[in-house]
Amino acid sequence: MRTIEDLQRDTDSAVAVAAPNGAVGAPLTPAPPRTFTPRRKKKPWKSWLLFLLFAGPNVALLIVFTYKPLLQSLYYSTLQWNLGSASAIPVGLGNYVAWFTDPGTARVVTVTLIFTVATVGGGMVIGLVFAVLLNRKLHGRGAARTIVVAPYVLSGVAVGLLWLFVFDPNFGITAALLDAIGVASPPWYNDPHWALVMVIIVYLWKNVGYVALIYLAALQSVPRDLLEAASLDGASPVRAFRNIVLPLLGPTTFFLSITTLLSSLQSFDIIQAMTRGGPLEGTTTMMYQIYQEGFQAGRAGYSSAVATILFAVLLVVTLIQMKYVEKRVHY
Amino acid sequence: MATPSLSTPTRRRKPLQLGGYLGLAVAIAIMILPLVWMFLAGFKERDEIYTVPIQWLPEAYDLSNYAAALAAVPFGSFFLNSTITTVIGAGLKLLLGLTTAYAVVFLEFPFKKFVFGLVIFALLVPQQIVMIPNFTLVASLGWINTYQGIIVPGLASAFGTFLFRQHFLTLPISILEAAALDGASHWTRLWRFIVPISAPTIAAVALVSIVSEWNEYLWPLLVVDRSDMMTLPVGLMLLQNNDGVTNWGVLMAGTVLVTVPVLIAFFALQKKIIAGLTAGGVTG
Repeated sequence: MRTIEDLQRDTDSAVAVAAPNGAVGAPLTPAPPRTFTPRRKKKPWKSWLLFLLFAGPNVALLIVFTYKPLLQSLYYSTLQWNLGSASAIPVGLGNYVAWFTDPGTARVVTVTLIFTVATVGGGMVIGLVFAVLLNRKLHGRGAARTIVVAPYVLSGVAVGLLWLFVFDPNFGITAALLDAIGVASPPWYNDPHWALVMVIIVYLWKNVGYVALIYLAALQSVPRDLLEAASLDGASPVRAFRNIVLPLLGPTTFFLSITTLLSSLQSFDIIQAMTRGGPLEGTTTMMYQIYQEGFQAGRAGYSSAVATILFAVLLVVTLIQMKYVEKRVHY
Repeated sequence: MATPSLSTPTRRRKPLQLGGYLGLAVAIAIMILPLVWMFLAGFKERDEIYTVPIQWLPEAYDLSNYAAALAAVPFGSFFLNSTITTVIGAGLKLLLGLTTAYAVVFLEFPFKKFVFGLVIFALLVPQQIVMIPNFTLVASLGWINTYQGIIVPGLASAFGTFLFRQHFLTLPISILEAAALDGASHWTRLWRFIVPISAPTIAAVALVSIVSEWNEYLWPLLVVDRSDMMTLPVGLMLLQNNDGVTNWGVLMAGTVLVTVPVLIAFFALQKKIIAGLTAGGVTG
């Protein structure tokens, strides 16, 4: 009987023999170099020039529209400067001090925290439930997957507007559903707390399909025989899920928690379409405040300071993720 | 001994299966009812909308709300502007991603790692921190209310470059060696050898970037204030601002005009789009 190992050994030795001729062996040799320096040595600057031609435009665009403005923004955050104005007064850390001492900041931070925790946490839980459902061998699950993901590809503005009608306290679907169980519709439009609940629900509806999709891909890679073995050992499906599937989903959960956190902290379209940060600034997140201060109030320096603070938060979160992932990679 | 424990899952399957279908039905209802509500409202007369209890189906499927929406704002221009900015924006972005990834994988350069790092780190720079300087730059170039003003600042490809690089690293080296021995130039190698065998990956990335360009809202909102230069998401908001009271029928008709093309495209190309969406998750 020839085993896989034998075959491997055979091919390995074949490679060892063939390699000097350069004919065989590419598939099994570890990661061959991908750059082809022809046998006759070419002048390296020719390759460098080509590299610049191929990668240069993209890098130039990144420098002009990402890195330079990033530094500019840091500088603007030290200015008392109105958008479009020719004069700017250097104020050092004045904008930061103003933000941290502003009585409204506590509310903006609270709204941001509630929105972020609810959309990220809620999205992960609901997304996982959907993924588990879609992973079952049920008829129509292919179509169901498509439907669950569909809102994710729609414009946030359109989604916000159509849900505004769903939430109409008199003529909307939620009012009708609540009326059916004898509850009056909450004032979604006029109460700051309910308005926040409303934009959270809409954000979840639009984005949960993405989480479900990524979880579904991960679930499908859970080895079936592992679950069958657990079932043979008498483990209930719930226990098997908790003790086998959830730990295997760990890296996916971590990836999702970071990506959804980043997009949640930057969400704008739904809030703009539904509440414009109101009522009584009850849905003004830090992201929305940056837009409002910069482009409605025109306080570009102050807006840049808030943007810098949010960027610092995003950066710290991402760096923590990278560290974590590095540790996780080798298990 | 094995037989009884084997039969347990089968006995349990019936109620579980039922629960599964129930859960699936609830999930589908939550996801689809708001869209149905929007779609039906586009056909409703005022008195069918402002009524309690709510009325799901319109009496007649007439298009007066659509006519009103089209008359109130220049939807034709929105559609054209969205199409132009999406096709050019996504197309150039794809091109930049392909050439950059090719350079990073197949060409030699002393600071290659640094260049790739520069591209990848850009993924961590959020839009809100660059929007004021970019707005100032675009304004000083006289690019307000122009296509280049909408397209150029977001053109650079970071995520696409990353995904293409991952893909290029998995390509069979033999094909590329053959191309190199053929004496084909790098440009030819990219288009004649790499692009054709990478078609599925390119299509997935292309579709995802088309969807995100089409839906892009904040940047076009900042650099466009003339209605004939607005894209669909920006222009749609004009319907809401028109008068104090929301005319849901007209607004929903407008929303249908914005969402339905994307929904049709999504249902037609869902396999590819879903592959594109998961690509980031699997590699990330």
